[in-house]
Amino acid sequence: MMIYQQAPALLVVIPLLSAFAVNISGLFNRRSCFPVALLAMAATFGATLMTLHRVMETGSFSYRLGGWPPPFGIEYVIDHLNGLVLAAVAFVSLLAVIFSRRSVEKELPDKVVQFYTLFVLLVTGLLGMTVTGDAFNLYVLLEIAALTGYALIALGDNRALVAGFNYVILGTIGASFYLLGVGHLFIMTGSLNMADLLGILPGLYGNTAVFVALLLILVGVWLKMAFFPLHTWLPNAYTYAPSAAGCLVAPLVTKVSVYIMIRIMLSVFSAGYVFDVLSVAEPIVWLAVAAILFGSILALAQQEMKKMLTYLIVAEVGYMVGGFWLATGYGITGAILHIVNDALMTFCLFAFAGIVVYKTGGSRLSDLEGLYRKMPVTMAAFTVGALSMIGVPPTAGFFSKWYLILGAIQAGSYHFVAALLISSLVNAILFFRII
Amino acid sequence: METRTSIKPLLAVLVSLAAVIPITAFGRNPNLREASTFLAGIIKFGLVVSMVPFILDGGTIEFSIAEVLPGLAIMLKVDAMGMLFALVSSTLWIVTSAYSIGYMRGLDEHSQTRYFSFFAVALSATIGVAFSANLFTMYLFYEMLSLATYPLVTHHQDQEARISGRKYLGFILGTSIGLVLPAMLVTYFAAGTLDFGAQGILAGHIGKTAVTVLLLMFVFGFAKAGIMPFHAWLPAAMVAPTPVSALLHAVAVVKVGVFSIFLVVTGIFGTELLASLHLGTVLCYIAAFTILTASLIALSQDGLKRRLAFSTIGQLSYIVLGAGLLSPKGLTGGLVHIAMHAFGKITLFMCAGAIFVATGKKYISEMVGIGRRMPVTMTAFLIGSLSVIGLPPTGGFISKWFLVLGTLEADQTVMLVVLLASSLLNAAYFLPIVYRAFFCTPEESMFGDTVEEPPLWCVVPLVFTATASVALVYFPQPFIRLAGLAVRAITGG
Amino acid sequence: MKSLVAEYNYWIYILLMMIGLYAMLAKNNLVKKVIGMSIFQTAIIVFYVSIGAKKDATIPIIAHGDGSHGAVEAAIDVAHYANPLPHVLMLTAIVVSVGTLGVALAICLAIFRRYNTLEEDELQERMQ
Repeated sequence: MMIYQQAPALLVVIPLLSAFAVNISGLFNRRSCFPVALLAMAATFGATLMTLHRVMETGSFSYRLGGWPPPFGIEYVIDHLNGLVLAAVAFVSLLAVIFSRRSVEKELPDKVVQFYTLFVLLVTGLLGMTVTGDAFNLYVLLEIAALTGYALIALGDNRALVAGFNYVILGTIGASFYLLGVGHLFIMTGSLNMADLLGILPGLYGNTAVFVALLLILVGVWLKMAFFPLHTWLPNAYTYAPSAAGCLVAPLVTKVSVYIMIRIMLSVFSAGYVFDVLSVAEPIVWLAVAAILFGSILALAQQEMKKMLTYLIVAEVGYMVGGFWLATGYGITGAILHIVNDALMTFCLFAFAGIVVYKTGGSRLSDLEGLYRKMPVTMAAFTVGALSMIGVPPTAGFFSKWYLILGAIQAGSYHFVAALLISSLVNAILFFRII
Repeated sequence: METRTSIKPLLAVLVSLAAVIPITAFGRNPNLREASTFLAGIIKFGLVVSMVPFILDGGTIEFSIAEVLPGLAIMLKVDAMGMLFALVSSTLWIVTSAYSIGYMRGLDEHSQTRYFSFFAVALSATIGVAFSANLFTMYLFYEMLSLATYPLVTHHQDQEARISGRKYLGFILGTSIGLVLPAMLVTYFAAGTLDFGAQGILAGHIGKTAVTVLLLMFVFGFAKAGIMPFHAWLPAAMVAPTPVSALLHAVAVVKVGVFSIFLVVTGIFGTELLASLHLGTVLCYIAAFTILTASLIALSQDGLKRRLAFSTIGQLSYIVLGAGLLSPKGLTGGLVHIAMHAFGKITLFMCAGAIFVATGKKYISEMVGIGRRMPVTMTAFLIGSLSVIGLPPTGGFISKWFLVLGTLEADQTVMLVVLLASSLLNAAYFLPIVYRAFFCTPEESMFGDTVEEPPLWCVVPLVFTATASVALVYFPQPFIRLAGLAVRAITGG
Repeated sequence: MKSLVAEYNYWIYILLMMIGLYAMLAKNNLVKKVIGMSIFQTAIIVFYVSIGAKKDATIPIIAHGDGSHGAVEAAIDVAHYANPLPHVLMLTAIVVSVGTLGVALAICLAIFRRYNTLEEDELQERMQ
């Protein structure tokens, strides 16, 4: 019962402390890192499940860190939205850690300890960002996730270093913009607690500084999630990252950033402000359309499987951002559903790419000929993932696409419908080239 | 009208899906593997038949599987129209399974386990479409069928198969995702439901232009129906082993396409709405264009299977034409043609396969005098041809008769001419094959006089379907009654 | 003009930020980019610190407190004390920026070891 009450804190504390545990056990025996990390991820997943269960049973609740009442203390707020995202993040992390074992041994034999330490820290950051109800705390966790992400990516081969460096630069700009936006909010309201901000801000809706804060935060998270045209760092960074790191970073970091956007927009600024008072939604949907088309077309042009997948991520981010800014119930439902579905789909595809690299040493599309005979189970799983990416029923991708398109029709954004369909067709071409 | 809830339709759908397990498990023992295919086929047929009496009494059977999205359930409903289609498919699956054994073993094909597994999955999807209660369920099964047939089309795994497979999926998935999916969403948004209603669900919800656009999106979107210009996948898919072409590309897949169009025309738009906007005529002209063009192209094809494929494209549009006439006789004709054409065309494909197994010949120009070598097969071919042309004493005559009556009833004289011209064209591309197979001088003949038929597993099924084609002209009652019931439900008369 | 003088702290931070941003995006040398990044982050720290400051205010430590809260609170005028919260926040932000700097420099070091250069254009050539 005690654990049940403390689960929201545990889901951050477990991976955080296990980072030390991994490091220390690694001093004695490198091979002990994997079991420790696996155990930590399993426990974390358990904690997120407990949290999710509690949300389902009793509705949203808050957890006060150290017992300090908000708005002074930091509070964790769990509702249905982030309860779901938490479970998805922890689940994918668990899968990723299981996947990583052989791949890390092969690709990074000297850096096993570092890899797992960074791995669990990254998960700490991602879960913390998702669970927190405090705007500044969010920044700190964002940076924890970002710093470990940079390092994980730079662990890769030669080209990964330069890609990682660019990621550091752009990622820092993004995080700094976010921090600046929070600073503006703080000047105007004197508060950092999200619920508190939501209560104070309605009196300030006409204020320019609040609008600037919104823009700064938006640009910041867009840089983090690689929303077109701020996506330039993503393809190289994710392509050259070690396979095992790619499996964690690619499915989760962009998705959590999308979640952050939704959370800030709805829980700090309120839907009424961002959709009704401001008229930014329309241009953002157009940007999302551009992101989808751009990502799809560039994905078509790639000869290398991982790179192709990274451009698909750019397109998928367009799905979610566009879906949210459609400002309709269906659209937002679709965007949230797609966060979860896309995390699983992307993991499946990146894990597949990792397996191909592990087995054949390369991941060029031309290397993939005849893999069906060699690894039928892997290819079958990949096929399912690919179908989900295309959006063929009855896979998960179909249902999120269904909601997104319904939302777009409801909002009258037929350009977004067209973009989604074109992207589906391009995905079909892409994946049937492989299958 | 009595409605009953029963799990039978679901079982009928699932039995072939479940059969995949024994089929793969017995992968190393072909006899047991084929036995499980047969068993599944017979159970499926039994389940379908067991529902017939109730349906013939005017009842409907429903079964709700799950509510995936709020207000949108995966639901099965057996009515007369679906029953007619399911009856045809499940009967012919058994026949084709027997034929597959002869064909696949006769040619010693590779990956037979995969072949039989996906065949079973495809059948599940087909029955699923036949029994779907709403557009959403239908779409699910429609896509499942597209995917399940891909490994069958690319069975040979060579360059040609791969290119054709890509074309196949490109057309089928491209249209279903690009046209049907948005059209379905718009429908859902406008009408608030996707359940097929007897009088349609769109009337009063959207304007004239929107109805026109939606209709075109649906008709072209169901590319499995082979409406031009989205027909090119069908000739390409002929690279598949012949039993696949026989059952899937003459019966299951293509009929799913026209059946879907039929369901959408009647259940989503409703005949009254289309008639009031004169859209039925538009549909007729689209179909007429395909009928004539496909028949003309068929004339010039030398590959036997390709000629059959183009013939299929033309015949499918007969059914669409029947739907477009919107008159009771026309609709009946269209529905009955689903059954009659199935029996006729499957016979023809099986003959083509049998010829290939026995002699290795694929081209019509190589088949001079083949009638002396394979008299049984070629007689069956003659019967199949007659049925497709629509001459008595074969089943095709009945459906064509209804269609002709339908054109008169709907006052579409142009369509009457189209039907007659097409029949002439059909005769022009089929009868020469038969003529040259039997009537030639010994010098011209490319075969000796010894009778040498293909394996029994091949011959028996095609004799059966040929006999059935003849029998159907004398006993068409089950199909006509089912079609009549369906049409009465649609037109409310 | 008035806002320029009265709100000079904002102008300073914006200037610093632009310098940093320029260096990060336009400089060819990776270390210079890192320096730009550091300036950029410092600008934001300056911004936060300056918003906590007040004219004629002192550090937020209650000098004449005797432990009996009720009486003391009545006597405190918040205008006399700088707002401590942004300053405390910046302690964390400084730690974060040092961390970022460390990671960035470590990557630079690794790049230099492998390619023997830190100039971006030369790197592009050597990566081919």
